Formats: sequence, C-alpha cells, structure tokens
Amino acid sequence: MTTQLLLIQGLNGLQLGILLFLIAAGLTLVFGVMDFINLAHGVQYMIGAYLAAWIAAATGSFWVALVLALPLALALGLLLEFLVFRHLYDRDHLQQVLATFGVILVVNQGVKWLFGAAPLQVPTPELLTGGIRLMEGLLYPTYRIAIIAGGLAVAGLLWWLVERTKVGMLVRAGATNAPMVAALGVDIRRLFMIVFGFGAMLAGFAGVLAAPILSVEPGMGDNLLILAFVVIVIGGIGSVRGAFLAALLVGLVETLGRSLMPDLMRLFLSASDARQVGAALASMLVYIAMAAILAFRPAGLFPVRTS
Amino acid sequence: MDRLRSDLTAIAVLAALAAAPFVGFGEGYVLTLLARAMILAMAAVALSLLVGGAGLVSMGHAAMLGFGAYAVVILDAARIVDAAIVLPVAVLAAAGFALLTGAIAIRTSGVHFIMITLAFGQMAFFTASSLAGYGGDDGYTLYARSEVAGTRLLEDRLTFHFVCVAALAATWLLCRMLLESRFGRVLRASKGNPLRAQALGFDPYPYRLVAYVIAGGIGGASGFLFANATEFVAPAYFSWQRSGELLFMVILGGLAGLHGALIGALGFVLLEEWLSHQWEHWRIVFGVLLILAVLYLPNGLSGIPGQVAGALRKGDRRG
Amino acid sequence: MLSLRNLRKRFGGLAVTDDVSLDVEPGEIHAVIGPNGAGKTTLINEISGVLAPDSGSILFEGRDVTSLPLHRRARLGLARSFQITSVIPAFTALENTALAVQAGVGSSFRFFRAAASESRLNGPAMEALSQVGLGARAHIPAGAMSHGEKRQLELAIALATQPRLLLLDEPLAGAGPEETERLIGILKGLRGRYTIVLVEHDMQAVFAMADRISVLVYGRVIATGVPDTIRGNAEVRAAYLGEDDLPLAAGTH
Repeated sequence: MTTQLLLIQGLNGLQLGILLFLIAAGLTLVFGVMDFINLAHGVQYMIGAYLAAWIAAATGSFWVALVLALPLALALGLLLEFLVFRHLYDRDHLQQVLATFGVILVVNQGVKWLFGAAPLQVPTPELLTGGIRLMEGLLYPTYRIAIIAGGLAVAGLLWWLVERTKVGMLVRAGATNAPMVAALGVDIRRLFMIVFGFGAMLAGFAGVLAAPILSVEPGMGDNLLILAFVVIVIGGIGSVRGAFLAALLVGLVETLGRSLMPDLMRLFLSASDARQVGAALASMLVYIAMAAILAFRPAGLFPVRTS
Repeated sequence: MDRLRSDLTAIAVLAALAAAPFVGFGEGYVLTLLARAMILAMAAVALSLLVGGAGLVSMGHAAMLGFGAYAVVILDAARIVDAAIVLPVAVLAAAGFALLTGAIAIRTSGVHFIMITLAFGQMAFFTASSLAGYGGDDGYTLYARSEVAGTRLLEDRLTFHFVCVAALAATWLLCRMLLESRFGRVLRASKGNPLRAQALGFDPYPYRLVAYVIAGGIGGASGFLFANATEFVAPAYFSWQRSGELLFMVILGGLAGLHGALIGALGFVLLEEWLSHQWEHWRIVFGVLLILAVLYLPNGLSGIPGQVAGALRKGDRRG
Repeated sequence: MLSLRNLRKRFGGLAVTDDVSLDVEPGEIHAVIGPNGAGKTTLINEISGVLAPDSGSILFEGRDVTSLPLHRRARLGLARSFQITSVIPAFTALENTALAVQAGVGSSFRFFRAAASESRLNGPAMEALSQVGLGARAHIPAGAMSHGEKRQLELAIALATQPRLLLLDEPLAGAGPEETERLIGILKGLRGRYTIVLVEHDMQAVFAMADRISVLVYGRVIATGVPDTIRGNAEVRAAYLGEDDLPLAAGTH
C-alpha cells in the first residue's frame, strides 16, 4: 500500500461522502421536520441523474443539463409530494415505508420504460476532463475534484441557510419540536413543502454530479439510499451537521475498507482467502461502525429531538 | 370471536393449498408458483409475529431467508446435502444472525429500528455478494436438492408441494401458539402499552429479542425451502427490496391476525405473477396498487369485509 | 416500609422535588396532597422508577432502590396506577388483570400453553376484578370501557400483582360523583390489607380515607401528620388560601 494509493482512496472516499451528504441532508431534514420516513428519496437522486443524461444527450452540454435538471428535479419532487407523500404525513411510519416503497417500484420501472434497462453514459464536461497532479506520480481526475469542491460549496450554502436564515431557523425549530412551531402560527404545510422540495433538489444535484462517473441505470439510488439511512442514523436524525460528518465517515470507511481490508487480511491469511474474507469484512465495515456508534449513543452523534 | 374467524380463515387457506393439486392446479408451473408463494408466506407469518405481535417493524427480514439459503449453498459446496443436517444449520444460522443484530436493533425503537434492520439486512446482502467462492453476485446453482433420510424425496414436485404446505401450517400453528402463550401475552402487552408492561415488572427487551430470534429461525427454514425450490441462490433474492415485499405482504393481508400474512403473501405473489403476464412494465401498475392499498385499505385485504360493512352501515344511517 | 431520604429533582431551573424526606408505615394509607404543580406526580414517578431523582435515596423495605429501573421495582412489590389511565386497550379486563397476575407467578418465558386458559392466572385475576366490582365485565375489551371502569380496572391490575406497596396516582381523576363514591368504597375496603401511597386531588376523599397526610408545596413537604393535625396546620391553610376544597372544619364527613 503506497501513500499515493491511500491518498487516492481517501479522495474517493471523500467524494462518496459528499454525494451521500447531498442525499442524506434532505432525508434527515424531511424526517426531522415532518417525521416522515421516505424510502423513495433515492429515487430523487436517480431522477437527477436521468435528467442530466437526457438533457446532455439532447443539447450536448453538461452545463445546460446541470442548470435545467435542478428545477426539473424540484418540480418532479413536488409532484410526488402532491400526489403521494402529503397523504402520508399523518400516517404511521410503517405505512410511510410501504407507500414510498411502492413509489420506488413505480419510478424505477417508469425509468426503465422510458429509457430502457441499459445504463446510460454521460460524458464528462470538457472543461473538467483530464487530471490534476496532486504529487509526484499522482494524477487525480479533475471532475472528481470538482465534485468534492461543488459538494462542499453546497454544504456550506446549506449550513448558511439552516443556521442563518429565518426559514432555516423554522426548519431547526421544526426538527426539535414540530407541534410548537405549528402552534406559533407558522404554515407548517408550506414549510414541509419547502423542505421537501429542497431535499429533492439536493438529491437531484447529487444525481447530476454522479452521472458522468457512475452508470446511470434504474435502481441506482436504492443502494445509496440505505447508506444515506446509515448516515442519518449515525449523525442523529434531523441534524445537518451530524449528517455531514457521518456522510464523510461512511464514505471514507466504505472506500478505504474495500481497498485496505484484503491487504490487511493478508497478514493473517493466504492470498485467496484474504481476498474473500477481506471483501466480506469490508462490506460489513460500515454497518459494524454504525452498530458500534449506536451501542454507545443510541440517538446518534448529534441527537436533535428533545423528547 | 375474531380469533375464531382468524383461525378458520387460516385453516381454510391451508386446506385450499393442500387440495390445490387435486382440483386442477397440479401442473408443474402452477406448483412451482404455489411453492414460492407458500415459502414466502412462511417468512411473512414469522414477520407478522414481529410486526403485529411485538410491534417490531423489521425491514431486514429477507436477510433471514438469505442466511437459510446460503447455509444450503455452503453445505452443498461441501457436498453435505442431508436435510437432517442442512435444515438445522439453516435455522441456527439465521437465528444466530437475528440474535446478534437484534441485540443491538431492539435497543432502539420506531424509525431507528426500521433503519437499523434495513442496514443489517443490507450488510448481509453485501456479504453474500462478496462470497466469490459461492458465485458472488451471480449466484450459485445447487448440485441437487437436499436429501431426506438418504432419498431424493424433495425432487418430486408433488411431495415438495406437501412439504411446503406442512411447513407453512407448522409455522402458522407455532406463531399462533406463541402469541397466545404467556410469552406472547407479554409481547403484545409491551406493544400495546410498554409503560404499563414495565410497571408490572416486565422488561420488554428479552421478550422482543426472543421473538426476533424465533422469527429469524423461521426465516432460515423458509430460506432452506427457497433454495431447494429454485435450486439456485443469488444475493438478489434477499435484497432489501425483498424485505420490503415481505413487509408488504404482512400489511397487505392485515395485522388483525396471522391469517392476514397468509392471505397477503398468497395475494401478493399471485397478483405479481398475473400482472407480469399482462405488461412488460407491470411493476408500474403494481407499485400504484401498493400505494393505493396503503392509502385506502388501513386494515389490509382481510379487513375489506369489515370496511364494506362499515360503509354500508354508514350509508344506511344516511339513507 | 418506604423511606424517602432528601430526594431532589429539578426540571431546568425549577425544583419539582425539593429535599423531600418521608416515611410510610406498613399498613397505612398515606396521602400526598398539594396544590396544582406541587410535584405530586413527579414524586410518584420517582418512587416507582419512571423518573430518576437528581440526588437523595429511596429505601423500600430497607433496600436502596434508587437506581433500579421501573420493572425491577415492580418485581419487588411496588405496584402503581397511573393518573392517565394506562390499561392495554386491546386486552379484555380479564387479560389485563391476568397479565398482572402473571408478573408474580413463575416465568413468563412459556411458549406453548395458551395463557388465556390458565386457571392459575385467571383465578386470582377474577378475584381482583371482583374486589373492584368488575367481576361481570371481565370479558369486555379495556378500550371499550367507560372512564370510571378503566379506573377500577387500573386498581384491579395493581391489586393483582399482590403488591407490598400500592402507589395510586389520582385514582379518582376524571370520575363522576357516583363512580367516585364507588371507588372510595373500594379503596376503604383495602385499608389495613395493603400499604398505600395515595396522590389525590379530591380533598373530601383524602380526609375521609387517609391515615396520614403529607402536604407538598413547590416540591417541599411542609407538613406530615394525621388528618386532624393537617387540618389545623397554619402553613397548610396558607398554602391552600383561596382554595375552597380543603375541608377546614373537622367533621365535614
């Protein structure tokens, strides 16, 4: 294991963490404010990626795709909210889980119907092709650096919105004690819609960013969604700060685990055994970390709820 | 009264399944479909014990089937095919996983529990995917079905059908008995009013954990049958989507009694099968139906008679 | 029987239990009264184990139970009723009570025999239901009972655990005049057979039933004594100034 490889994997982990954060931020706010568990949040990520692929193919420009995909992702998110989700806010979590599970089936299949089951490719924007020399003999793709930078910028923006604006204050208050905010005369339904739409747009943004480096295919959001759940459970439900730190942690553990574990196992096992056991262990690592954290802090690292 | 109706419904469904081959449903294709439905129904009944009995909404139940199925795979690769060994190993493997993960998950409640069981299920899924020696993502084809007392008894379709009916009936009886026992009473009380149960001296934790382990073991048994039914095992069969489907079967049928899970599982599998012959993109329709079921059938399929009766009564009063 | 030693509990800046020390003698009905917000329910919660005090200790039959959780204290014989009715709505009255019996009789890790047909559980449960006058309503789901009946059931549940000490949190809360009278009759019937700590708003009832009374004001015990002493206590009169419900004249009953 060389320093270069470690650095590359670290950056890859950071980049996965950023994408996870963009998905988890909406998830944690939607849950924190509305007490609504949305399995279909990963679908928003997929929608973002497909919009990017579709528009980029039609216009030939990634940048046009980026600009147009965001409002369209927002619109589709609000459409889903109007059609399905708003009828679920008063239901119990079990019903929310099941209905949003139905939404996943519909949208995944709908995407397959419209675009086919084969993965779509989105070319990397020309401006960001090539690599950046980080050190001697280490070239890292510019686009991946851009994802990290863009994601951090959005995280900063989000922090400012939540911590420094009036709507953000209401969101934070809502996550701590929703009935109280409603009692203050705030139109809670509208606040819900704003939070929901914003969350959908963030996930869509993550989808657009990921489109050029991952294959755009039906169901692409499902596995990332589970990791996003792990992130918000570790971070503390409703906490944006917790989601940020937990997302980076999960991204790094996941990526570094997969590359380091097999090598680590070779210290104890034969090469072929080490590969298998290492791979198996690596895939468990994130969940073991989650279990360990929850064993000591059942409400996550940054618990928000007062009750 | 309600309990009697639930029992009679369940017995009627089981009897119909047992009679199916003799009343024109004996074709190989139909038996395969019914076997699949019954095996999933087994897991769904166990899940219903958790959700309806203990209030534990697990989104990771498919992993229990996965443990059972992969126990069959791993023993098959070592050429161990005697059901007297394979079945207990499948049950214990799943129960063991349930014990380890349940011990952590049951400390939490509500949404945390849902997400943590989901995450542990996903952990099992990825672990199975990384087992390159057993096919990894691509899955593993069994050399043969498990042997019973040295014979290839399970190879016969009709015999396998009755094995499934018997296993499903045994699962239903076991879960029903558990719910009615002292143990089940504490479990149900802890769901209905945990503070009251604690004030009486019952710590809900060990009861819930035992229920979780039992449901896991039953899941392992159905995983054993699943592997034998398909003779092919892949991680994709035990993804979190499958957990969602199992949960859906339970809710679709209704939580009022264990018979709900039976009806829900059979209804789910048969509807899925029928729809898939109608349109390539049938999942769109299926998903919409699921959403509508959640929104408009609060008591599930088995609650429809009551709902209709209620609506009629309301209409009477108005008229 | 029960001793509270220098119990303290604060919620934010507010002291809800302020250096409370109290002794409950075996066999007595010990009432805790006080104006609204005096911290009565908090005190019951601390005794039963729903809340942990910030400092101080709780001795039950000479044993320090301060750090034991709710279910462990219940096992020692501390039974409580809740101010807000806390029965299991889906269970029948009999099943609610039989569950309480079950808590005291052997293991509950029994998986195969139907609990509903165990006469070992149903016998004592029926007895407890009869004691509170619900014998004829045993098979009604608790969720379908009237408020007064639920209060009676709550009492039957507490009795069915064969408690060494009964903690009753406003057993008369929300009951109509007739129901109140019936409940008082039932409680009086328990006198001498059980040790009871009673938190209650209804002063008439308290002064009619209690052997001794402790008065709680702003989390502090300002007086403890037999009803006549409490009636004559100037500090108590001051605390209740302007409230009509303290029966100041002796012999109102």
